[in-house]
Amino acid sequence: MSSVATENRPETGRDVVASVRNVTKVYRLGGEDVKALAGVSIDFHQGDFVAIMGSSGSGKSTLLNLLGCLDRPTTGQYFLGGNDVATLDDESLSRVRGRYLGFVFQSYNLIQQLSVVENIAVPLAYQRPANPDGPELCLRLAKLVGLSGRLGHRPNQLSGGQQQRVAIARALVNNPHVILADEPTGNLDTATSLEIMDLLDALNNAGRTIVMVTHEPDIAARAKTVISLRDGKIESITHNG
Amino acid sequence: MNFLQQLRLGFRSLLLHKLRSALAVLGILIGVTAVIWLVALGEGVSYQAQQQIKNLGATSIIVRSIKPTEEANRESGSRSGIAYGLLRDDYDRILANVPTITKAMPMREINREVRNGEFAIDATLVGCTPEYFDINRLGIERGRPLSAADMEYLDNVAVLAYEVAERLFPIEDPVGRAVQIGDEFYVVIGVAEQRTASAAIGGSLAARQYDKDVYIPLSTFRARIGDRVITVRGGTFQNETVELNQITAVVDDMKAVDSSADIIRDLLRRYHKSLDYAVVVPKELLEQAETLRTMFNVLLLLIAGISLLVGGIGIMNIMLATVTERTREIGIRRALGATKGEIVQQFLWETVVLSGTGGLLGVAFGFLCGPTVALVRRTISELFPEVWSSLPPNIRDLEPLLAPWSIAAAFGISVGVGIIFGIYPARRAANMDPIEALRHE
Repeated sequence: MSSVATENRPETGRDVVASVRNVTKVYRLGGEDVKALAGVSIDFHQGDFVAIMGSSGSGKSTLLNLLGCLDRPTTGQYFLGGNDVATLDDESLSRVRGRYLGFVFQSYNLIQQLSVVENIAVPLAYQRPANPDGPELCLRLAKLVGLSGRLGHRPNQLSGGQQQRVAIARALVNNPHVILADEPTGNLDTATSLEIMDLLDALNNAGRTIVMVTHEPDIAARAKTVISLRDGKIESITHNG
Repeated sequence: MNFLQQLRLGFRSLLLHKLRSALAVLGILIGVTAVIWLVALGEGVSYQAQQQIKNLGATSIIVRSIKPTEEANRESGSRSGIAYGLLRDDYDRILANVPTITKAMPMREINREVRNGEFAIDATLVGCTPEYFDINRLGIERGRPLSAADMEYLDNVAVLAYEVAERLFPIEDPVGRAVQIGDEFYVVIGVAEQRTASAAIGGSLAARQYDKDVYIPLSTFRARIGDRVITVRGGTFQNETVELNQITAVVDDMKAVDSSADIIRDLLRRYHKSLDYAVVVPKELLEQAETLRTMFNVLLLLIAGISLLVGGIGIMNIMLATVTERTREIGIRRALGATKGEIVQQFLWETVVLSGTGGLLGVAFGFLCGPTVALVRRTISELFPEVWSSLPPNIRDLEPLLAPWSIAAAFGISVGVGIIFGIYPARRAANMDPIEALRHE
């Protein structure tokens, strides 16, 4: 049983930026097929802030990998930026990631030998064609996340919250259609988590589409829509406020 | 990313592990330096040999008398001693029968003490014709060379080699003075230029030390000294009759050298019962030396190849470790849009930076070859003079010659090694599953 998130949405008429249709993902583990996703359909609209929840084994990581174009579905379709991701080869997948997606990870995933501003600039290295305003844009984003004073710092000279801010700035530098956040506050204390969620809120209010995986209900509550997964299927869709 | 950014990124990644990168660079550096040094020394040696052979003249054919072995002596031996070697008739026959010869020069030589008052030197007394100086490219520093008139009038005149002149006339100008050889006095008419010894080549031609020579007209030699030489050896008199020690023939064209040499060999074989002569063709020696040099260079390249291979394996080893360590970074870059090709490029740049740095430093050290050899030479000659003087002149005079091709080849090969040995680690990095790589701790 699949459900489409848009069916019972109050708002309509906004652009669909990403669309998952009847997606399944089957892994072979020790000679046995394991169905990680058993038919999921969701549309993501411009300006959505979606939290995906679920216990471990519910398929939320698999779904995030598919949404992140890091993996291809076994069956079904995933439309992103006009491409059916399921049919793309590895190189095109890379290009799609670089062009349409921004990633925020639980463990920040900054490159240790690069400075703050260089970390923000990493996705620009893989843009085709290159963005001529890259350096200026990186400085602007560093300012946006409140790290103007630490442009030359290395990740190990920053606190966890600051590192996550760098990661968020990096996720914005390619002006992505969707920002994918995988447990963005998982490694942070409560106060810092709130700061990061405030930042994501602000971005969402400015029109950014954010898809976030989390297992913390109070973090999920900050999203506009919460999708619960169980056994590879959508269990419920809740709209907050 | 453009070229400069790639290069910069490569350098920075390598600076994360300075010692490790430095050791990898060292491997290539040693390889490249070794190539350049070995080739430079080899080129120096072969240049020396070639110069020495060229001094003999590429268009000349040298026929020398050889003393037969003891057994052969006994067979043909008589109480009047032995007679061997080239004859004045041989000289005439060669001139008459080989039309390609433009110049031919007979020569006679013997060791004699030469004196000027209390100054004496054991010199090689050379009886020759005026062509000698021309054919051997021996310049005259002071005075004049031997002339046809000297030959004709059997004059007692002599041209001294540079060192002989220095030893016998340490202060005054020898030209116009007299030297004593045996019972005869000879007027010094000229002093030859300094000249390095010619090589001893393959046993067929003994090394020729020009600096102990005293040249007198061949006709004078024959009249004053004669063909028969009596020496005292081991308490018995030895009695040798030699008409000519050497005939040097010069042909007009390089192409005619081989055929002319064949005719000469034929002629001599017909008139000599035993093999008491040898025909030496410098051009052949030159060709042999050239072949030897090519073989030597191939061998060096092989050794160099092996040392660079070892360096390359070192680089590969380090890059594999680097790739494993940076699995997470690779995952991040892949997630942020890097294609496999871009990851391959990134890691290839790093290996090229490693090997290229090694290559450049190796070339820099390569240029130190000359000064280093000079330093070693000075150190040995100052600290161990007796060791130094016991070394053969070929080694004492050795000047390494930097071969531009070896520099280009060594650097090119080092970068090539970087690329070849970088491909596997780079591909391994690129083929990682981004999801797995991101999860890597």
